[in-house]
Amino acid sequence: MREGNWRPRIVAFFCNWCTYTAADLAGVSRLKYAPNARVIRLMCSGRLDPQLVLAAFARGADGVLIGGCHPGDCHYLEGNYKTLRRFRLLRRLLRDLGIEEERLRLEWVSAAEGEKIRQVVTDMVETLRALGPLDLPGQFRQWDQEVETLKAQVVEAERLTPQPA
Amino acid sequence: MRTPRPDQVRIGFYICHCGTNIAGALDVGEVVNHVAGLPGVALARDYKYLCSDPGQELIQHDIRDHGLNRIVVAACSPLMHERTFRRAVEEAGLNPFYCHMVNIREHDAWVHTDRQEATAKAKALATGAVRRVALHKPLETKKVPIHGEVLVVGGGIAGIHAALILADAGKRVYLVEREPTIGGHMARFDKTFPTLDCAACILTPKMSAVGAHPNITLWTYSEVTQVEGYVGNFNVTVTRKPRYVIEDACTGCLQCIEACIYHDARFPDEFNLGLGKRKPIHLPFPQATPPVVLIDPGTCIEFKTGKCKKTCVEACADRRAIDFQQREETRQIQVGTIIIATGFQTFDPRRIPYYGYGVFPTVYTALEVERLLNAAGPTGGEVILRNGKPPQRVGIVHCVGSRDENTNRYCSRVCCLYSLKLAHLIKEHTGAEVYNFYIDIRTPGKGMEEFYNRVAEEGMHLVRGKVADVYPDPADPANGRLMLQVEDTLMGRILKVPVDMLVLSVGLEPRADTQEVRRKFNLCCGPEGFFLERHPKLAPVSSYAEGVFLAGCCQGPKDIPDTVAQAGAAAAQALALIVRGYTEQEPNTAYVREEDCSGCKSCIPLCPYTAISLAADKQKAFINEALCKGCGVCVAACPSGSIGQNLFEDEQLLSEVEGVLTYA
Repeated sequence: MREGNWRPRIVAFFCNWCTYTAADLAGVSRLKYAPNARVIRLMCSGRLDPQLVLAAFARGADGVLIGGCHPGDCHYLEGNYKTLRRFRLLRRLLRDLGIEEERLRLEWVSAAEGEKIRQVVTDMVETLRALGPLDLPGQFRQWDQEVETLKAQVVEAERLTPQPA
Repeated sequence: MRTPRPDQVRIGFYICHCGTNIAGALDVGEVVNHVAGLPGVALARDYKYLCSDPGQELIQHDIRDHGLNRIVVAACSPLMHERTFRRAVEEAGLNPFYCHMVNIREHDAWVHTDRQEATAKAKALATGAVRRVALHKPLETKKVPIHGEVLVVGGGIAGIHAALILADAGKRVYLVEREPTIGGHMARFDKTFPTLDCAACILTPKMSAVGAHPNITLWTYSEVTQVEGYVGNFNVTVTRKPRYVIEDACTGCLQCIEACIYHDARFPDEFNLGLGKRKPIHLPFPQATPPVVLIDPGTCIEFKTGKCKKTCVEACADRRAIDFQQREETRQIQVGTIIIATGFQTFDPRRIPYYGYGVFPTVYTALEVERLLNAAGPTGGEVILRNGKPPQRVGIVHCVGSRDENTNRYCSRVCCLYSLKLAHLIKEHTGAEVYNFYIDIRTPGKGMEEFYNRVAEEGMHLVRGKVADVYPDPADPANGRLMLQVEDTLMGRILKVPVDMLVLSVGLEPRADTQEVRRKFNLCCGPEGFFLERHPKLAPVSSYAEGVFLAGCCQGPKDIPDTVAQAGAAAAQALALIVRGYTEQEPNTAYVREEDCSGCKSCIPLCPYTAISLAADKQKAFINEALCKGCGVCVAACPSGSIGQNLFEDEQLLSEVEGVLTYA
């Protein structure tokens, strides 16, 4: 990865009713914002399995953005509260894994808040730029390499060690 | 035609130029080249307008000629055209859920300026979709029957009109109104612009039609307190406030009012905005519908002391309509569709203190002036000030609470015209000299500009400028004469205009409890606080809640013709759903893979629709598909991963995540 050429990659999980629609509104209003977020549509932010967030990081995301309806406004009554709980848990988990908590963000964006999409995405890109690349796949490759080297060393050591009779 | 093996994925990828909307912002050809090289992609094309008939036919021919079994369309938002392409795919013999859309217009071309970056994003999103669609399964839409009854919330002109259309079509309508009578704001108006026909003359026949219609259940003095369920099958709880008069027993003879222990009406009359007086037992206004009196427990002696002679009960005699023991009642109804027509409230001019409303008795709101002008109003139609004199000089200030950074930025649309109407009527009634102070005169609509010209020619003063200060005229402080300071921006000079009546043309605002109502019905609000329509141009009466429609000023300020038109549209939309008899539900429901379910019951309390239960015989979770709305909360929570969600399967989402993370 070339420094300077690096662009943060954000996977954004948006709920169908509020946040996805808000992103549509931002488009219809021709608001301009950073092109780093790739939106994945869910019916409800409550569908977001924490594993998907971890998978996104593991596969190279520098940040994950979750968008849901404002508290009390969930199309499915209370899915966003479940999201909030999982989000808090995930942030703690990320911290324990040594991943900056700011890489995971939860925002309530109503269908009328196209402008908020612009602000949130642009702001998150700036945050991630300051944090730098996460590059877990690169890290995994490095670890794999280390393990391989270690393995080779063990094999070599075993070869050199005289076998007990 | 080649028939592919069912297990062999053959994806057709289509990217739409959308004229220059997409093709102008990103390199369509580059995206095609990129996607063409992805595994499973049999064909990748671009086309100018995929949503056009030839565009859809192109896809259909390709499905047949190239044996495609998955389609990805990169174009506008799926909320816009997903249905179009699913239908096209279905017509070509493919399951519609083998089609997936990529939003590269609203989420990409329209919001990014760097062509290269926008192209890269389109490639990433397309890759996600291609990976995802390979894992799609054939699904079937579920048809859910629709109840034929309609709930109309709000009994202003919008609600009345919508209810009558539906009832005339033979549908059962529940019309719920918060006030003791229907009629809304329109019932308070004197004349209506631009034709100057009397508001009551055109409204009251419709009101009595509502009251008499066999298909309309009219519940006034009632509120919707709870709404559950979904399109086609809403369970609604309506709370009926006690009016202490039995509606079915009251004949509207009004002898009780005559007989009330208070000989004189002495309490501020809500219908006349406190300008007139009423008794504790009263009828809001003569043509109130239903024509049933009500008792205000706050002022009735019986309620306050329990020692009234109850002359009203005596007068009611064997009709026995008065019931001091009446309690709040709740009613449960089932309806298929809902029309929201909750209207607006007028701007409270106390929020702009320098106009002196509430301080100087000669400052009125436009709505108050409507009551003063009205023959059934507190002054019998004579414009008489609070000091008992008719005004000789009247100032009308436009845009009070509209087009103002400090209050509401939007234009309330009706104030220019009603101000001109009031100017004409005040002049007609009193011969006073009338000044209109405006920012711009806005008179769009049929007959409106002509009305403006007519009124202007009648000889009134039109001054372009905002009134900056209002203070008692130092030359004549005793008579309540006010001095208005205003900059005439056309003449470029400061004017001081003495008036003995100041009318504030207050704007239209969302009702104070809009947020509460919004939550109740699962609606959205726009930035100015009115209910948000699904599309500003193409779905102006649809809300974001399926089966709930909007009519009238709750969606934004509008005049009576537009309100009635919108109410008609909302009624037609509700009717369209009912007549079809069913809605199609996205097959995105959750289901349990029993072999993996451990019966831990974690999912059961999570479901907001109580769709999940434990099958007692198997000790496995069971999801009632009819109740499941497809939110997926349970899917994400299942510790053993045994719940799947159609269209949003874990592996589908995971491959989409992987796809969007591949940089082109």
